[in-house]
Amino acid sequence: MTDMAMTSHAASGASAERAAVLQKLRGRDTLFYWMTRIAAISVLGLLGAIMISLVIGAWPAISTYGLSFITTVRWAPNAMPTPVLGGLSPLIGTLITSIVALLIAVPVGLGIAIFLTELCPPRLMRPISIAIEMLAGIPSIIYGMWGFFVLGPFLAERGLGGNLSLLNASLILAIMVLPFITAISRDVFATVPPVLKEAAYGVGCTTWEVVRNVVVPYTRVGIIGGVMLALGRALGETMAVTFVVGNSFRLPSSLFSPGTTISAAIASEFAESADLHQSALILLGLLLFVLTFAVLTIARLMLMRLEKQKGA
Amino acid sequence: MSKTANALYAGRKRTNIIAMTLCYAATIFGLMWLTLILASLLINGIPGLSLAIFFENTPPPNAQGGGLANAIVGSLMLTTLGVGIGAPVGILAGTYMAEYGRYERITSVIRFINDILLSAPSIIIGLFIYTLVVLPMGQFSGIAGALALAVIVIPVVVRTTEDMLMLVPNPLREAASALGMPRSLVIKQVAYRAARAGIITGVLLAVARVSGETAPLLFTVLSNQFWSLDITQPLANLPVTINNFINNPDPNWKKLAWTGALIITFAVLSLNIGARALSKSSQSK
Repeated sequence: MTDMAMTSHAASGASAERAAVLQKLRGRDTLFYWMTRIAAISVLGLLGAIMISLVIGAWPAISTYGLSFITTVRWAPNAMPTPVLGGLSPLIGTLITSIVALLIAVPVGLGIAIFLTELCPPRLMRPISIAIEMLAGIPSIIYGMWGFFVLGPFLAERGLGGNLSLLNASLILAIMVLPFITAISRDVFATVPPVLKEAAYGVGCTTWEVVRNVVVPYTRVGIIGGVMLALGRALGETMAVTFVVGNSFRLPSSLFSPGTTISAAIASEFAESADLHQSALILLGLLLFVLTFAVLTIARLMLMRLEKQKGA
Repeated sequence: MSKTANALYAGRKRTNIIAMTLCYAATIFGLMWLTLILASLLINGIPGLSLAIFFENTPPPNAQGGGLANAIVGSLMLTTLGVGIGAPVGILAGTYMAEYGRYERITSVIRFINDILLSAPSIIIGLFIYTLVVLPMGQFSGIAGALALAVIVIPVVVRTTEDMLMLVPNPLREAASALGMPRSLVIKQVAYRAARAGIITGVLLAVARVSGETAPLLFTVLSNQFWSLDITQPLANLPVTINNFINNPDPNWKKLAWTGALIITFAVLSLNIGARALSKSSQSK
């Protein structure tokens, strides 16, 4: 309305100029709005696009092997007349390495979080948490290299399997997810109202009893959410695992034997694959994506529930 | 009776001491890995460090000397391009979520999807860009790698931008609007300025995140043994070069791989520390 009033007074030069400026501003305003809106929707579209491209890429393998893909062990891309490709061993390898990694990293991560929130002198708190978070900053290929040149030979010397084994991969994964578990547990521990802890100390609880009976029950959902988030990371970790897992498409007989994981299989074979072999690798990628998607969704829902609780 | 009470008390005390010792041990265990990894990087990487690393190209197998110049420049190009594409998209999307659509349903959906993308395996993003860019183009290229990195940058920047804009107090926006500023100017002149340090921190964290990424580059840019600045061709880059050098028994390559690893790790860690310092100084202000 003000604009209309202004255009009717266009006789005076100043107000015409003013109208032009306002018009320009309005145009830029709309433009900016749509730029942000399109950017936001493209984030949404990204996930869909990833899903669709994986399904299209994996389709030849899905239609050739169907469900038998996840029950077959044999991986023979050069078999005649059609390659025999089964994804069971990378699937199992992925699950074993991730679960063993969590079995190591969860107790240690919780221990560090308890240390940081309950025991640590305030002066050391910041440096120690930064040092632990530095572990998350180290690129994954460095972990792979270190596992390959340092940790593998160390384990082999002590008779804990060869240089390349599921154990080596699990240990490296454990170190990599440790900072995530520590950071999230520390953050959720900080949400416990001090009054609850003080009350428990007041009736004579020891530090451990306060942690066990007050802090952990109060933050249970958050801890599980953090663990699931770490699991999502571990499942999809590629470079660190590729170097140390051995890339052997066989069912592992023990933790000390070499194996392979989905991401390691893709990383080591994809660049030289073609046709059905390539499609099967994309299918493995699709399975990995669905798996991590499910795990991460559960993790987020749990953490969201905690946030809602906190807000209430 | 007081005897049993004492025994009970001693038992509780013992449990406490054991549990707390384990917590100390866990912390030492965690710090030990960081020390071990950094120590191996320093011990194996420093001997190879020389000016040649920054001025000579990657050597052929079984040769002496050489450097990582082409790989370092390629990595800088890929990171700059990836962040250059990803960061604006991320900032705009984060702006929509915090400024225009704060109370819309779609914002919470986007936030959820973004959090999933944030932790999506990076190798999957490599597969995605391979089918989307590499196959239609018919060859591996620098631009494909940059796009893969951009896909990783976007969720990091969206997350920090949204969080930081949410921290900007509403009265600031209301005051600007009351002066008659259009919405987009309120955002650009007021909200962005108030949240600047936080948004820059997010971009720095994204740079740190992608500069070490290897998996999405393996089958998007591949690598290149020679000097090249052409982004439509395979481009040398540090992570994939390290990857190829580790997989080869050549001792000269192994030495270069360690030195490259040292450079990359310290670059990423300093970026992380820089971002942290920036966000801390803006908080205390």
